[in-house]
Amino acid sequence: MNLVYINSANGLSKAALETVTYAKKLGADVAVVTNANASAETLTALGNYGASTILQDTAINGQDPSQLVKLVAAAAEKVGASTIVFSHDLIGKAVAPRLSVRLKAGLVAGAVALPEPDGSIRVNVFSGKAFGYVRVNSNTRIISLLPNSIQPEQIGGNCSVEAFDGQAGSSNIVVKATKKPEGAIPLPEAELVVSAGRGLKGPENWGVVEDLATALGAATACSRPVADIGWRPHHEHVGQTGVAIRPNLYIAAGISGAIQHLAGVNGSKVIVVINTDAEAPFFKAADYGIVGDAFEVLPRFTEAVKRFKATQH
Amino acid sequence: MNILVCISKAPDTTSKIAFTNGNTQFDENGVQYIVNPYDEWYALVRALELKEAQGGNVTIITVGGAADDAVIRKALAIGADDAVRIDASATDAYFTAMQIAAYAEGKGFDLILTGKETIDYNGSQVGGMLAEALNLPYIAIATKLDVAGSTISCEREIVGGVQEVEVQAPAVVSCAKGMAEQRIPNMRGIMAARTKPLTVVAPVALDALTTYSSYSLPAAKSSVKLIDPNNLDELVALLHNEAKVI
Repeated sequence: MNLVYINSANGLSKAALETVTYAKKLGADVAVVTNANASAETLTALGNYGASTILQDTAINGQDPSQLVKLVAAAAEKVGASTIVFSHDLIGKAVAPRLSVRLKAGLVAGAVALPEPDGSIRVNVFSGKAFGYVRVNSNTRIISLLPNSIQPEQIGGNCSVEAFDGQAGSSNIVVKATKKPEGAIPLPEAELVVSAGRGLKGPENWGVVEDLATALGAATACSRPVADIGWRPHHEHVGQTGVAIRPNLYIAAGISGAIQHLAGVNGSKVIVVINTDAEAPFFKAADYGIVGDAFEVLPRFTEAVKRFKATQH
Repeated sequence: MNILVCISKAPDTTSKIAFTNGNTQFDENGVQYIVNPYDEWYALVRALELKEAQGGNVTIITVGGAADDAVIRKALAIGADDAVRIDASATDAYFTAMQIAAYAEGKGFDLILTGKETIDYNGSQVGGMLAEALNLPYIAIATKLDVAGSTISCEREIVGGVQEVEVQAPAVVSCAKGMAEQRIPNMRGIMAARTKPLTVVAPVALDALTTYSSYSLPAAKSSVKLIDPNNLDELVALLHNEAKVI
Protein backbone atom coordinates (compact mmCIF):
# COMPACT_ATOMS: atom_id res chain seq x y z
CA MET A 1 0.00 0.00 0.00
CA ASN A 2 1.17 3.53 -0.80
CA LEU A 3 0.19 6.32 1.55
CA VAL A 4 -0.17 9.99 0.57
CA TYR A 5 -0.38 12.89 3.01
CA ILE A 6 -2.56 15.79 1.91
CA ASN A 7 -3.48 18.98 3.69
CA SER A 8 -7.11 19.62 2.77
CA ALA A 9 -7.68 22.75 4.89
CA ASN A 10 -8.30 24.77 1.72
CA GLY A 11 -9.84 22.01 -0.39
CA LEU A 12 -7.79 20.01 -2.85
CA SER A 13 -4.82 21.73 -4.45
CA LYS A 14 -3.32 20.70 -7.74
CA ALA A 15 -0.25 19.53 -5.79
CA ALA A 16 -2.53 17.18 -3.83
CA LEU A 17 -3.89 15.64 -7.03
CA GLU A 18 -0.34 15.27 -8.37
CA THR A 19 0.80 13.34 -5.31
CA VAL A 20 -2.15 10.93 -5.50
CA THR A 21 -1.57 10.34 -9.24
CA TYR A 22 2.12 9.79 -8.52
CA ALA A 23 1.44 7.29 -5.74
CA LYS A 24 -1.01 5.40 -7.98
CA LYS A 25 1.54 5.25 -10.79
CA LEU A 26 4.09 3.78 -8.38
CA GLY A 27 1.90 0.70 -8.71
CA ALA A 28 -0.01 -0.19 -5.56
CA ASP A 29 -3.29 0.74 -3.91
CA VAL A 30 -3.28 4.26 -2.53
CA ALA A 31 -4.50 5.38 0.85
CA VAL A 32 -4.65 9.08 1.67
CA VAL A 33 -4.30 10.57 5.13
CA THR A 34 -5.49 14.11 5.59
CA ASN A 35 -6.23 16.55 8.37
CA ALA A 36 -8.71 19.44 8.61
CA ASN A 37 -12.40 19.64 7.84
CA ALA A 38 -12.78 19.22 4.09
CA SER A 39 -16.15 17.63 3.26
CA ALA A 40 -16.39 13.96 2.29
CA GLU A 41 -17.64 15.07 -1.16
CA THR A 42 -14.48 17.08 -1.68
CA LEU A 43 -12.24 14.25 -0.55
CA THR A 44 -13.91 11.51 -2.60
CA ALA A 45 -12.75 13.37 -5.72
CA LEU A 46 -9.33 11.92 -4.85
CA GLY A 47 -10.73 8.53 -5.89
CA ASN A 48 -10.65 9.68 -9.51
CA TYR A 49 -6.91 10.21 -9.21
CA GLY A 50 -6.21 6.80 -7.72
CA ALA A 51 -6.99 6.83 -3.98
CA SER A 52 -9.00 3.89 -2.64
CA THR A 53 -9.20 4.88 1.04
CA ILE A 54 -9.08 8.24 2.76
CA LEU A 55 -8.32 8.58 6.46
CA GLN A 56 -9.45 11.94 7.79
CA ASP A 57 -8.37 13.37 11.14
CA THR A 58 -10.53 16.40 11.84
CA ALA A 59 -8.89 17.14 15.21
CA ILE A 60 -5.74 18.64 13.70
CA ASN A 61 -6.31 21.90 11.91
CA GLY A 62 -2.89 23.49 11.96
CA GLN A 63 0.42 22.72 10.32
CA ASP A 64 2.55 21.75 13.31
CA PRO A 65 5.03 19.20 11.96
CA SER A 66 5.23 17.52 15.41
CA GLN A 67 1.53 16.69 15.21
CA LEU A 68 1.44 15.86 11.52
CA VAL A 69 4.34 13.44 11.82
CA LYS A 70 2.40 11.49 14.45
CA LEU A 71 -0.69 11.47 12.25
CA VAL A 72 1.15 10.21 9.17
CA ALA A 73 3.11 7.62 11.18
CA ALA A 74 -0.12 6.28 12.69
CA ALA A 75 -1.74 6.08 9.25
CA ALA A 76 1.35 4.38 7.80
CA GLU A 77 1.17 1.73 10.50
CA LYS A 78 -2.57 1.22 10.00
CA VAL A 79 -2.36 0.66 6.24
CA GLY A 80 1.07 -1.02 6.25
CA ALA A 81 2.56 1.62 3.92
CA SER A 82 5.72 0.74 2.02
CA THR A 83 5.92 4.15 0.32
CA ILE A 84 4.73 7.46 1.74
CA VAL A 85 4.32 10.43 -0.60
CA PHE A 86 4.20 14.14 0.28
CA SER A 87 4.14 17.23 -1.86
CA HIS A 88 7.53 18.95 -1.53
CA ASP A 89 5.73 22.10 -0.43
CA LEU A 90 6.14 24.00 2.82
CA ILE A 91 4.31 21.33 4.81
CA GLY A 92 6.09 18.41 3.14
CA LYS A 93 9.47 20.06 3.73
CA ALA A 94 8.68 20.29 7.46
CA VAL A 95 6.99 16.93 8.01
CA ALA A 96 8.72 14.43 5.68
CA PRO A 97 12.17 14.78 7.32
CA ARG A 98 10.66 14.23 10.78
CA LEU A 99 8.88 11.14 9.50
CA SER A 100 12.11 9.85 7.97
CA VAL A 101 13.75 9.82 11.42
CA ARG A 102 10.68 8.48 13.18
CA LEU A 103 10.29 5.53 10.79
CA LYS A 104 13.98 5.20 9.87
CA ALA A 105 12.79 5.41 6.28
CA GLY A 106 14.91 7.00 3.57
CA LEU A 107 13.56 10.27 2.18
CA VAL A 108 13.81 11.32 -1.45
CA ALA A 109 13.30 15.06 -1.08
CA GLY A 110 12.06 16.96 -4.13
CA ALA A 111 11.48 14.07 -6.57
CA VAL A 112 10.79 15.29 -10.11
CA ALA A 113 9.85 11.99 -11.79
CA LEU A 114 8.65 8.44 -11.26
CA PRO A 115 11.40 5.94 -10.35
CA GLU A 116 13.96 4.92 -12.95
CA PRO A 117 14.13 1.22 -14.00
CA ASP A 118 16.82 0.64 -11.32
CA GLY A 119 14.53 2.05 -8.63
CA SER A 120 16.45 5.28 -8.10
CA ILE A 121 14.47 8.52 -8.17
CA ARG A 122 15.51 11.73 -9.90
CA VAL A 123 15.79 14.94 -7.89
CA ASN A 124 17.13 18.40 -8.71
CA VAL A 125 20.54 19.10 -7.21
CA PHE A 126 22.90 22.08 -7.33
CA SER A 127 19.90 24.42 -7.46
CA GLY A 128 18.54 22.92 -10.65
CA LYS A 129 21.88 22.84 -12.48
CA ALA A 130 21.99 19.02 -12.35
CA PHE A 131 19.96 15.93 -11.48
CA GLY A 132 20.79 13.35 -8.84
CA TYR A 133 19.42 9.81 -8.71
CA VAL A 134 18.60 8.76 -5.15
CA ARG A 135 18.39 5.17 -4.04
CA VAL A 136 16.63 4.39 -0.76
CA ASN A 137 18.37 1.81 1.42
CA SER A 138 15.53 1.18 3.89
CA ASN A 139 12.46 -1.05 3.41
CA THR A 140 10.05 1.86 3.73
CA ARG A 141 10.64 4.91 1.57
CA ILE A 142 9.34 8.46 1.72
CA ILE A 143 9.10 10.61 -1.40
CA SER A 144 8.33 14.32 -1.46
CA LEU A 145 7.27 15.34 -4.95
CA LEU A 146 8.19 18.75 -6.35
CA PRO A 147 5.00 20.51 -7.55
CA ASN A 148 4.39 20.49 -11.33
CA SER A 149 6.55 17.38 -11.82
CA ILE A 150 3.72 15.26 -13.16
CA GLN A 151 0.21 16.01 -14.37
CA PRO A 152 -2.77 14.85 -12.30
CA GLU A 153 -4.59 12.09 -14.21
CA GLN A 154 -7.97 10.56 -13.59
CA ILE A 155 -6.78 6.97 -13.42
CA GLY A 156 -8.79 5.80 -10.41
CA GLY A 157 -12.31 4.96 -9.37
CA ASN A 158 -14.27 5.13 -6.17
CA CYS A 159 -12.94 5.65 -2.73
CA SER A 160 -14.24 5.66 0.80
CA VAL A 161 -13.67 8.29 3.45
CA GLU A 162 -13.31 7.18 7.05
CA ALA A 163 -12.73 9.09 10.24
CA PHE A 164 -9.29 8.51 11.69
CA ASP A 165 -7.75 9.48 15.00
CA GLY A 166 -4.03 10.00 14.57
CA GLN A 167 -3.55 10.54 18.33
CA ALA A 168 -1.45 13.56 17.42
CA GLY A 169 -1.81 15.35 20.74
CA SER A 170 -1.73 19.10 21.16
CA SER A 171 0.53 21.55 19.37
CA ASN A 172 3.36 23.37 21.10
CA ILE A 173 3.50 25.94 18.30
CA VAL A 174 1.13 28.85 18.94
CA VAL A 175 -0.17 30.58 15.82
CA LYS A 176 -0.53 34.33 16.43
CA ALA A 177 -1.56 35.49 12.97
CA THR A 178 -1.93 34.21 9.42
CA LYS A 179 -1.64 36.43 6.35
CA LYS A 180 -2.78 35.05 3.03
CA PRO A 181 -3.30 37.19 -0.06
CA GLU A 182 -6.82 36.45 -1.33
CA GLY A 183 -7.39 34.65 -4.56
CA ALA A 184 -3.77 34.56 -5.71
CA ILE A 185 -2.42 31.41 -7.36
CA PRO A 186 0.37 29.98 -5.14
CA LEU A 187 3.49 30.56 -7.23
CA PRO A 188 5.04 27.07 -6.83
CA GLU A 189 1.84 25.51 -8.19
CA ALA A 190 1.23 27.92 -11.08
CA GLU A 191 1.44 26.40 -14.56
CA LEU A 192 1.91 29.77 -16.24
CA VAL A 193 4.03 32.56 -14.76
CA VAL A 194 4.69 36.09 -15.96
CA SER A 195 7.73 37.63 -14.30
CA ALA A 196 9.47 40.95 -14.57
CA GLY A 197 12.62 42.63 -13.35
CA ARG A 198 14.34 45.98 -13.07
CA GLY A 199 13.72 46.62 -16.76
CA LEU A 200 10.20 47.64 -15.74
CA LYS A 201 11.73 50.74 -14.09
CA GLY A 202 9.26 51.09 -11.21
CA PRO A 203 6.39 49.43 -9.32
CA GLU A 204 3.85 51.73 -10.97
CA ASN A 205 4.58 50.05 -14.31
CA TRP A 206 3.48 46.56 -13.26
CA GLY A 207 0.09 46.97 -14.91
CA VAL A 208 1.44 45.62 -18.23
CA VAL A 209 2.72 42.52 -16.39
CA GLU A 210 -0.53 41.96 -14.54
CA ASP A 211 -2.59 42.46 -17.71
CA LEU A 212 -0.69 39.69 -19.49
CA ALA A 213 -0.94 37.44 -16.42
CA THR A 214 -4.69 38.00 -16.24
CA ALA A 215 -5.15 37.32 -19.95
CA LEU A 216 -3.22 34.05 -19.63
CA GLY A 217 -4.55 33.05 -16.20
CA ALA A 218 -0.98 33.16 -14.94
CA ALA A 219 0.66 33.99 -11.61
CA THR A 220 3.03 36.96 -11.38
CA ALA A 221 6.63 36.77 -10.17
CA CYS A 222 9.70 38.99 -10.05
CA SER A 223 13.48 39.00 -9.86
CA ARG A 224 15.48 39.48 -6.67
CA PRO A 225 16.40 43.18 -7.06
CA VAL A 226 12.75 44.06 -7.58
CA ALA A 227 11.75 42.31 -4.34
CA ASP A 228 14.76 43.73 -2.47
CA ILE A 229 13.89 47.34 -3.31
CA GLY A 230 10.27 46.71 -2.41
CA TRP A 231 8.63 47.11 -5.81
CA ARG A 232 7.03 43.70 -5.36
CA PRO A 233 6.36 41.47 -2.33
CA HIS A 234 9.05 38.96 -1.33
CA HIS A 235 6.83 35.95 -1.94
CA GLU A 236 6.94 36.78 -5.66
CA HIS A 237 10.73 36.57 -5.80
CA VAL A 238 11.88 33.58 -7.83
CA GLY A 239 15.51 32.52 -7.93
CA GLN A 240 18.10 30.79 -5.86
CA THR A 241 17.31 32.72 -2.68
CA GLY A 242 13.60 33.02 -3.41
CA VAL A 243 11.09 30.49 -4.65
CA ALA A 244 12.14 27.79 -7.11
CA ILE A 245 9.41 27.12 -9.65
CA ARG A 246 8.88 24.79 -12.59
CA PRO A 247 5.85 26.04 -14.51
CA ASN A 248 4.94 24.95 -18.04
CA LEU A 249 5.53 28.49 -19.26
CA TYR A 250 7.77 31.16 -17.73
CA ILE A 251 7.69 34.59 -19.35
CA ALA A 252 10.46 36.94 -18.20
CA ALA A 253 10.40 40.62 -19.13
CA GLY A 254 13.24 42.98 -18.29
CA ILE A 255 15.26 40.31 -16.44
CA SER A 256 18.85 39.82 -17.60
CA GLY A 257 19.05 36.21 -16.40
CA ALA A 258 21.79 36.07 -13.76
CA ILE A 259 22.81 32.53 -12.81
CA GLN A 260 21.06 32.88 -9.44
CA HIS A 261 17.79 33.79 -11.14
CA LEU A 262 18.10 30.90 -13.61
CA ALA A 263 18.56 28.50 -10.69
CA GLY A 264 15.01 29.25 -9.62
CA VAL A 265 13.36 28.87 -13.03
CA ASN A 266 15.41 26.45 -15.10
CA GLY A 267 12.94 23.65 -14.39
CA SER A 268 10.36 25.54 -16.47
CA LYS A 269 9.18 23.61 -19.52
CA VAL A 270 9.19 26.62 -21.84
CA ILE A 271 10.86 29.99 -21.26
CA VAL A 272 10.04 33.20 -23.14
CA VAL A 273 12.43 36.11 -22.65
CA ILE A 274 11.68 39.72 -23.51
CA ASN A 275 14.63 42.09 -23.24
CA THR A 276 15.91 45.20 -25.00
CA ASP A 277 19.45 43.84 -24.78
CA ALA A 278 20.03 41.10 -27.37
CA GLU A 279 23.13 40.07 -25.39
CA ALA A 280 21.20 39.42 -22.15
CA PRO A 281 22.35 36.02 -20.81
CA PHE A 282 18.74 34.92 -20.31
CA PHE A 283 18.34 34.43 -24.09
CA LYS A 284 20.75 31.46 -23.85
CA ALA A 285 18.30 29.72 -21.52
CA ALA A 286 15.18 30.74 -23.48
CA ASP A 287 13.08 28.79 -25.95
CA TYR A 288 11.56 31.91 -27.48
CA GLY A 289 13.03 35.38 -27.36
CA ILE A 290 11.88 38.85 -28.25
CA VAL A 291 14.43 41.62 -28.47
CA GLY A 292 12.31 44.61 -27.67
CA ASP A 293 10.96 47.01 -25.12
CA ALA A 294 8.76 45.33 -22.50
CA PHE A 295 6.49 48.40 -22.41
CA GLU A 296 5.64 47.85 -26.08
CA VAL A 297 5.89 44.07 -26.26
CA LEU A 298 3.84 43.13 -23.18
CA PRO A 299 0.65 45.01 -24.20
CA ARG A 300 0.91 43.54 -27.73
CA PHE A 301 1.44 40.10 -26.18
CA THR A 302 -1.69 40.61 -24.04
CA GLU A 303 -3.76 41.61 -27.09
CA ALA A 304 -2.45 38.59 -29.03
CA VAL A 305 -3.41 36.28 -26.15
CA LYS A 306 -6.90 37.81 -26.03
CA ARG A 307 -7.32 37.30 -29.79
CA PHE A 308 -6.18 33.70 -29.41
CA LYS A 309 -8.50 33.04 -26.47
CA ALA A 310 -11.42 34.48 -28.46
CA THR A 311 -10.86 31.85 -31.17
CA GLN A 312 -10.84 29.02 -28.61
CA HIS A 313 -14.52 29.21 -27.69
CA MET B 1 20.75 31.97 25.12
CA ASN B 2 22.95 29.17 23.82
CA ILE B 3 22.53 28.77 20.10
CA LEU B 4 23.79 25.96 17.89
CA VAL B 5 24.06 26.88 14.20
CA CYS B 6 24.41 24.00 11.75
CA ILE B 7 26.52 24.93 8.77
CA SER B 8 27.41 23.10 5.59
CA LYS B 9 29.99 23.81 2.95
CA ALA B 10 28.60 24.39 -0.53
CA PRO B 11 30.18 25.12 -3.89
CA ASP B 12 30.29 28.82 -4.76
CA THR B 13 27.14 29.79 -6.70
CA THR B 14 29.16 30.45 -9.86
CA SER B 15 30.83 26.99 -9.81
CA LYS B 16 30.73 24.90 -12.94
CA ILE B 17 28.81 21.76 -12.06
CA ALA B 18 30.35 18.55 -13.45
CA PHE B 19 30.61 14.93 -12.40
CA THR B 20 33.35 12.34 -12.50
CA ASN B 21 33.86 8.61 -11.98
CA GLY B 22 31.13 7.58 -14.42
CA ASN B 23 28.82 10.38 -13.22
CA THR B 24 28.77 9.05 -9.67
CA GLN B 25 30.75 11.83 -7.96
CA PHE B 26 30.69 15.60 -7.94
CA ASP B 27 33.80 16.91 -9.67
CA GLU B 28 35.48 19.12 -7.08
CA ASN B 29 38.21 20.14 -9.48
CA GLY B 30 38.52 23.93 -9.35
CA VAL B 31 35.48 24.30 -7.10
CA GLN B 32 35.65 27.01 -4.46
CA TYR B 33 33.73 26.10 -1.30
CA ILE B 34 31.80 28.65 0.72
CA VAL B 35 29.58 28.44 3.79
CA ASN B 36 26.11 27.52 2.48
CA PRO B 37 24.50 30.98 2.08
CA TYR B 38 21.30 30.14 3.98
CA ASP B 39 23.35 28.86 6.92
CA GLU B 40 25.65 31.88 6.91
CA TRP B 41 23.58 34.91 5.88
CA TYR B 42 20.45 34.07 7.80
CA ALA B 43 21.02 31.44 10.52
CA LEU B 44 24.47 32.47 11.69
CA VAL B 45 24.06 36.23 11.36
CA ARG B 46 20.69 36.17 13.16
CA ALA B 47 22.20 34.03 15.93
CA LEU B 48 24.97 36.61 16.33
CA GLU B 49 22.48 39.49 16.43
CA LEU B 50 20.53 37.71 19.18
CA LYS B 51 23.71 37.08 21.13
CA GLU B 52 24.85 40.69 20.76
CA ALA B 53 21.48 41.93 22.03
CA GLN B 54 20.89 39.42 24.81
CA GLY B 55 24.15 37.65 25.60
CA GLY B 56 24.83 33.95 25.27
CA ASN B 57 26.99 31.78 23.10
CA VAL B 58 26.95 30.82 19.42
CA THR B 59 28.43 27.46 18.50
CA ILE B 60 28.68 26.30 14.90
CA ILE B 61 28.67 22.65 13.93
CA THR B 62 29.35 20.84 10.69
CA VAL B 63 29.81 17.25 9.56
CA GLY B 64 32.85 16.90 7.32
CA GLY B 65 36.54 16.18 6.89
CA ALA B 66 39.56 18.30 7.78
CA ALA B 67 39.27 20.13 4.44
CA ASP B 68 36.13 21.79 5.81
CA ASP B 69 38.08 23.63 8.49
CA ALA B 70 38.44 26.53 6.03
CA VAL B 71 34.69 27.17 5.90
CA ILE B 72 34.51 26.70 9.69
CA ARG B 73 37.14 29.43 10.16
CA LYS B 74 35.13 31.70 7.86
CA ALA B 75 32.04 31.24 10.06
CA LEU B 76 34.17 31.88 13.16
CA ALA B 77 35.51 35.04 11.52
CA ILE B 78 31.96 36.31 11.09
CA GLY B 79 31.59 36.01 14.85
CA ALA B 80 30.68 32.53 16.14
CA ASP B 81 32.33 31.75 19.49
CA ASP B 82 33.38 28.17 18.93
CA ALA B 83 33.03 25.34 16.48
CA VAL B 84 32.50 21.61 16.37
CA ARG B 85 33.37 19.41 13.43
CA ILE B 86 32.10 15.86 13.38
CA ASP B 87 34.83 14.05 11.54
CA ALA B 88 32.91 12.12 8.90
CA SER B 89 31.82 12.45 5.31
CA ALA B 90 28.24 13.78 5.23
CA THR B 91 26.80 10.97 3.11
CA ASP B 92 23.13 11.91 3.34
CA ALA B 93 20.87 14.27 5.26
CA TYR B 94 19.84 11.56 7.73
CA PHE B 95 23.45 10.69 8.56
CA THR B 96 24.28 14.39 8.97
CA ALA B 97 21.28 15.17 11.15
CA MET B 98 21.75 12.14 13.39
CA GLN B 99 25.43 13.02 13.93
CA ILE B 100 24.50 16.55 14.96
CA ALA B 101 21.67 15.26 17.15
CA ALA B 102 24.04 12.84 18.90
CA TYR B 103 26.36 15.76 19.68
CA ALA B 104 23.64 18.22 20.71
CA GLU B 105 21.73 15.82 22.96
CA GLY B 106 22.01 16.95 26.58
CA LYS B 107 24.24 19.97 25.81
CA GLY B 108 21.50 22.44 26.74
CA PHE B 109 21.18 24.40 23.51
CA ASP B 110 18.14 26.70 23.64
CA LEU B 111 17.91 27.19 19.92
CA ILE B 112 19.21 25.14 17.01
CA LEU B 113 19.32 26.89 13.64
CA THR B 114 19.83 25.58 10.11
CA GLY B 115 19.56 27.22 6.71
CA LYS B 116 16.35 26.44 4.83
CA GLU B 117 18.32 24.20 2.45
CA THR B 118 21.80 23.81 1.04
CA ILE B 119 22.45 25.12 -2.44
CA ASP B 120 24.02 21.82 -3.53
CA TYR B 121 21.60 19.10 -2.42
CA ASN B 122 18.56 21.37 -1.83
CA GLY B 123 16.77 18.82 0.32
CA SER B 124 15.51 20.97 3.24
CA GLN B 125 15.87 17.89 5.43
CA VAL B 126 18.39 18.35 8.23
CA GLY B 127 16.34 20.75 10.39
CA GLY B 128 13.26 18.55 10.53
CA MET B 129 15.32 15.42 11.10
CA LEU B 130 17.20 17.07 13.97
CA ALA B 131 13.95 18.21 15.56
CA GLU B 132 12.52 14.69 15.44
CA ALA B 133 15.71 13.08 16.74
CA LEU B 134 15.84 15.54 19.67
CA ASN B 135 12.04 15.56 20.13
CA LEU B 136 11.86 19.35 19.72
CA PRO B 137 9.34 21.63 18.02
CA TYR B 138 10.33 22.61 14.47
CA ILE B 139 9.59 25.87 12.70
CA ALA B 140 10.47 25.43 9.04
CA ILE B 141 11.49 28.20 6.65
CA ALA B 142 11.28 31.13 9.02
CA THR B 143 11.80 34.61 7.60
CA LYS B 144 11.91 36.40 10.99
CA LEU B 145 13.18 35.21 14.36
CA ASP B 146 13.01 36.91 17.73
CA VAL B 147 13.58 35.73 21.28
CA ALA B 148 12.11 37.13 24.50
CA GLY B 149 13.04 35.11 27.56
CA SER B 150 12.31 31.53 26.62
CA THR B 151 9.72 32.46 23.98
CA ILE B 152 10.86 32.11 20.38
CA SER B 153 8.70 33.98 17.90
CA CYS B 154 8.98 33.54 14.15
CA GLU B 155 7.37 34.51 10.94
CA ARG B 156 7.29 31.46 8.71
CA GLU B 157 6.19 30.83 5.17
CA ILE B 158 3.10 28.70 4.68
CA VAL B 159 1.48 27.60 1.43
CA GLY B 160 0.24 30.85 -0.12
CA GLY B 161 1.14 33.22 2.72
CA VAL B 162 2.97 33.81 5.98
CA GLN B 163 2.21 33.01 9.59
CA GLU B 164 3.40 34.44 12.91
CA VAL B 165 4.07 31.68 15.43
CA GLU B 166 5.50 31.28 18.92
CA VAL B 167 7.14 28.35 20.61
CA GLN B 168 8.94 27.78 23.89
CA ALA B 169 12.68 27.05 23.79
CA PRO B 170 14.34 24.73 23.06
CA ALA B 171 13.36 24.47 19.40
CA VAL B 172 14.77 23.98 15.92
CA VAL B 173 14.27 26.70 13.29
CA SER B 174 15.27 26.63 9.62
CA CYS B 175 16.16 30.09 8.35
CA ALA B 176 15.36 31.82 5.06
CA LYS B 177 15.77 35.20 3.44
CA GLY B 178 14.44 38.16 5.39
CA MET B 179 15.85 37.12 8.76
CA ALA B 180 19.16 39.00 8.57
CA GLU B 181 21.63 40.60 6.19
CA GLN B 182 24.94 39.15 5.06
CA ARG B 183 28.00 40.20 7.11
CA ILE B 184 31.47 40.48 5.67
CA PRO B 185 34.12 39.37 8.18
CA ASN B 186 36.62 42.09 9.09
CA MET B 187 40.36 41.65 9.67
CA ARG B 188 39.93 41.51 13.43
CA GLY B 189 37.36 38.74 13.07
CA ILE B 190 39.59 36.81 10.69
CA MET B 191 42.55 37.05 13.10
CA ALA B 192 40.42 36.09 16.10
CA ALA B 193 38.99 33.10 14.22
CA ARG B 194 42.40 31.46 14.07
CA THR B 195 42.51 30.92 17.81
CA LYS B 196 38.84 30.22 18.54
CA PRO B 197 38.19 26.67 19.78
CA LEU B 198 37.43 24.07 17.09
CA THR B 199 36.59 20.70 18.60
CA VAL B 200 36.82 17.63 16.36
CA VAL B 201 34.41 14.90 17.42
CA ALA B 202 34.37 11.27 16.27
CA PRO B 203 31.12 10.25 14.55
CA VAL B 204 28.65 7.81 16.04
CA ALA B 205 28.18 4.56 14.11
CA LEU B 206 25.14 4.65 11.84
CA ASP B 207 24.18 3.98 8.24
CA ALA B 208 22.83 6.46 5.73
CA LEU B 209 19.26 5.81 4.60
CA THR B 210 19.80 7.01 1.04
CA THR B 211 22.56 6.91 -1.60
CA TYR B 212 23.09 9.09 -4.65
CA SER B 213 23.67 6.37 -7.25
CA SER B 214 24.48 8.78 -10.08
CA TYR B 215 24.08 12.30 -11.47
CA SER B 216 23.28 13.81 -14.84
CA LEU B 217 23.24 17.24 -16.42
CA PRO B 218 20.15 18.69 -18.10
CA ALA B 219 20.11 18.45 -21.89
CA ALA B 220 21.51 21.61 -23.45
CA LYS B 221 18.80 24.01 -24.61
CA SER B 222 18.50 24.28 -28.35
CA SER B 223 19.15 27.85 -29.40
CA VAL B 224 16.49 30.45 -28.79
CA LYS B 225 13.88 31.09 -31.48
CA LEU B 226 13.66 34.85 -31.96
CA ILE B 227 10.24 36.35 -32.62
CA ASP B 228 9.57 39.68 -34.32
CA PRO B 229 8.44 42.13 -31.60
CA ASN B 230 5.69 43.28 -33.97
CA ASN B 231 4.30 39.78 -34.47
CA LEU B 232 3.12 38.54 -31.10
CA ASP B 233 0.39 36.48 -32.78
CA GLU B 234 3.19 34.27 -34.08
CA LEU B 235 4.52 33.77 -30.54
CA VAL B 236 1.08 32.89 -29.21
CA ALA B 237 0.59 30.42 -32.08
CA LEU B 238 3.96 28.80 -31.34
CA LEU B 239 3.18 28.55 -27.63
CA HIS B 240 -0.09 26.84 -28.54
CA ASN B 241 0.88 24.60 -31.47
CA GLU B 242 4.58 23.92 -30.98
CA ALA B 243 5.27 24.25 -27.25
CA LYS B 244 1.69 23.25 -26.31
CA VAL B 245 1.76 25.25 -23.09
CA ILE B 246 -1.28 27.48 -23.67
